[in-house]
Amino acid sequence: MVLLRLGIRTLSLNITAHLRQEWFGNIRGDMLAGLVVALALIPEAIAFSIIAGVDPKVGLYASFCIAVVIAFTGGRPGMISAATGAMALVMVGLVKDHGLQYLLAATLLTGVLQIIAGAFKLGVLMRFISRSVITGFVNALAILIFMAQLPELTGVPWMVYAMTAAGLAIIYLFPRLTRTIPSPLVAIVALTILAIVLGLDIRTVGDMGALPDSLPVFLLPDVPLSLETLWIILPVSSTLAVVGLLESLLTAQIVDDLTDTPSNKNRECAGQGVANIASGLIGGMAGCAMIGQSVINVKSGGRGRLSTLVAGVVLLLMVVFAGPWVKQIPMAALVAVMIMVSIGTFSWSSITNLRTHPTTSSIVMLGTVVVTVFTHDLAKGVLTGVLLSALFFARKVGRVLHIGSTPSDDGRGRTYTVTGQVFFASADAFAAGFDFSEVLERVRIDVSNAHFWDLSAVGALDKVVLKFRREGTQVEVIGLNEASATIVDRLGVHDKPDAERLAGGH
Amino acid sequence: MTSPLIKTGARVLAAIDASAYATSVASHAAWAATRLDAPLEFLHAIDRTTAPVTADLSGNLSLGSQEELLAKLAAVDEQRGRLAQEHGRLLLEQVRAQVAASHDASAEIRQRHGALVDTLLELESDVRLFVLGKRGEHATLAKAHLGSNLERVVRAVHRPVLVASREFRPISRFMVAFDGSATTRKCVEMVCASPLLKGLACDVLVVGDASATIDQHLQWARARLQAAGFDPRCQVVAGSPDAVIAQQATELAIDLLVMGAYGHSRIRSLIVGSTTTQVLRTVEIPVLLLR
Repeated sequence: MVLLRLGIRTLSLNITAHLRQEWFGNIRGDMLAGLVVALALIPEAIAFSIIAGVDPKVGLYASFCIAVVIAFTGGRPGMISAATGAMALVMVGLVKDHGLQYLLAATLLTGVLQIIAGAFKLGVLMRFISRSVITGFVNALAILIFMAQLPELTGVPWMVYAMTAAGLAIIYLFPRLTRTIPSPLVAIVALTILAIVLGLDIRTVGDMGALPDSLPVFLLPDVPLSLETLWIILPVSSTLAVVGLLESLLTAQIVDDLTDTPSNKNRECAGQGVANIASGLIGGMAGCAMIGQSVINVKSGGRGRLSTLVAGVVLLLMVVFAGPWVKQIPMAALVAVMIMVSIGTFSWSSITNLRTHPTTSSIVMLGTVVVTVFTHDLAKGVLTGVLLSALFFARKVGRVLHIGSTPSDDGRGRTYTVTGQVFFASADAFAAGFDFSEVLERVRIDVSNAHFWDLSAVGALDKVVLKFRREGTQVEVIGLNEASATIVDRLGVHDKPDAERLAGGH
Repeated sequence: MTSPLIKTGARVLAAIDASAYATSVASHAAWAATRLDAPLEFLHAIDRTTAPVTADLSGNLSLGSQEELLAKLAAVDEQRGRLAQEHGRLLLEQVRAQVAASHDASAEIRQRHGALVDTLLELESDVRLFVLGKRGEHATLAKAHLGSNLERVVRAVHRPVLVASREFRPISRFMVAFDGSATTRKCVEMVCASPLLKGLACDVLVVGDASATIDQHLQWARARLQAAGFDPRCQVVAGSPDAVIAQQATELAIDLLVMGAYGHSRIRSLIVGSTTTQVLRTVEIPVLLLR
C-alpha cells in the first residue's frame, strides 16, 4: 500500500514536471512561433479547402480545432497539425459525389479508426517504411500540392502571373531585409493592398466560398445512420486514417530529428484520432500533421505544446475578426504561398541523389511518387513503395547464398556445402545449385552455415533430397543449425518414412 | 520491512552546478562520505532543455530548408554541448581538488546528459546518500525561494538527501525533529543504525504541547538513541513547526537538522504548504531529509 502510494506520487510528480516542461518550457519562443505558424496556416487551410472542394471555412475550422486539440492529445510537442493537402486530395471524390455532410461523417469515422490504431500500437508499423518510401512520399506530396495550384494559373489574365511572381519574390527576398516578420504574411498583405488599390478584377478568396463568420458550433453530421452510409464513407475514412497517420508519424520523426527529443508515436496516433473527431463535430474536414508548418514552427523557435495551441487559437481569432480582409486576399497570393510550401516540402537532394544512390532505392522512391501522382492517393503510393522495397530486399538477401561442392576421395560421393539464406526468393537458386545428373552413391549436404527461413526453403531442400534419392543416391543432410532445424523438423517431409509418397506423384 | 534500513556499500552522490552552493555541497558530501566510509562521487547533469534558441521568424520554406535547419540546430547544440561539458568538467575538477585538500577525500566525477531529477533517479540504485545545494544556479539568493530542482528531487528519490547550507561548518551537534509518527520513528531508527552521526551530540525536539503521549514517544526515542550510544537532550516546545525548529536550531547551536521528508500528499501540500518546504526555507543549517 505504501509502495503503491509512493509509486503514484512519483508518477504524478513526473507527470507534472513533464507537463510543465512540455507546455511552459519555452513560453516566449512558443508564442512567437505559434503566431508565425497561424499566419502561414490561414492561406494553407483556405487552399486545402479549395482542393477538397469545400468552403474555406471547413478547412479553417478544421485547422483551428485540430491544432488546439492536438496540442493536448498529441504525442509530439511542437508539431503542427491542421487541415492538410494529403488529406484533402483523398476526400475530393466523396465531396463531389455525396457532399459535405458525408465528409463530416467520414471525418468522425477517420478519428475512430485512428484511435483504434493508437490503441493497437500500430505506430510501430512505421519501421517497415524505408527511407526511400518516405522521400517518395514527401516528393509526391509536394508535386500534388503544386499541381493543385495549376487550375488557378490556367486561363487567367496576365496580372495573376505577375502577382504570383511578385508574391514569390517577396517570400524569398524579404527575409534578406529582416527575419523578424514572416515573409509570406508580407507577401499576402502587399498583394492584397495592391489588388484593392488598383481595383484589379481577379479572383479572391471570397469568390471561393464561405468564410467563417462566427466561432464554430457543435453539430452532428446530417447523414442517415445506415449501413449504406457506412459503406460510402468507410473506404474514404480508412484511406484518410492511413494517410493521416503516415504523414503525422513521418512529421513526428522529422521534428524528433530536428529537436533531438523523443516523441510518443502511439499517443500521436490516438491524438490525431481525437482531433479529427473534434474537427468533424464542429464542421471541419479531416487533417493531420503538416511537414512544412512543423518545420516553420521549429525554425521560428517553437518547441512545446503551447506553440501548437497558440497557432490554432490565433488562426481562429484572426479569421473570425479579420474575415472582411481575408475575403479580399487575391488567389494569386495564396498560390504563391502554396508554391513556397510545395518547394519547401520537396526533397531536392533526392534528385541529385538519384545518381549516387542504389538503383533499387531510386526505383522505390520514383515508384512511390509515380503511383501517388497518378492515383492522387498517398496511401496507394506508400503501399507500392513498401512492396517494392520488400521485394528488392528479398532479392538482395536471396543473393546471399552459395553452394559449393567437393567430390569424395573414391569419386563415388560428393559433399555439397550450402552457405547463406534460403527462403522463397532464393529457393530456386538453391535447387539449381545441385547437379542431379552426376552418378553418385552418396551425397552429403552440409547446411551448417545456412539459414532456412520459410516453407519454400524447406520445400526446396525436400525436393533436392528426393531428387537425389530417386536417382538412387543416398542423401545425408548434416549440420542443420538450430534455427533451420526447428523449421525443418516442423515442416519437412524428407526425414519421415512416407516422404517419397507425399512429395512424389507429379 | 524486508529491505534494510540503510543501504551499505553504495556511494555518496553530490550534485554540483555553477551555483554559489557548489563549494559547500562538496564539503558536506566529503564530510558524509568520510563518516560513512563510502565512496564519493560528484555529478554534473547537463540539461539541454533550459537553453533558449534564437528564432528565425521569416516563416518561409526554401529549397532544402529542412536539411539546412537540421544542420543549423545541430551546430548550435554541438557548440552548447561542448561548452557545457567543458564547464561542468572544470566545476567537477575544482570540487574534487577542494575536497582532496580540505577533507583529504578522493572522489569520482561523472557527467550525464538529462534533467537532474531523471539523472538522480537513474543512478539511485547505487547511491546511499544524495547531497544537494539548497538552491541551484538558476535561483537567486532570495531567502524565501528554494531551488526549483530541490523539492522535485526530494519527492522523487527514495534515499536520504543531505541539503547543504550556504557555508560548510564542522558538524558536532545534530537535532532530530520528532513527533512520534511512523515517519519520524523511522528517522530515529535510521540515525541509530547509521555511522553518519555516531558520536555527535544529539537533541530531540518535539513541536507541540506537552502531554502524556508525547512523553511516551520521547521515552521511546531516548531509549533507542541511548542504546545506540547517543546522549540525547529532549524537549517539547509549543508553536508552529517551522518557526520553532528554526529558533531552537539557533538557540541550541545545532549544526545539522534531521527530519522526515514530505509526510503528506502533494495535494495537501499544495493547499496548506508543506512543513518540510517551510523548514528548508527558514533554517540556515544543513538538513538531512530521510525518506
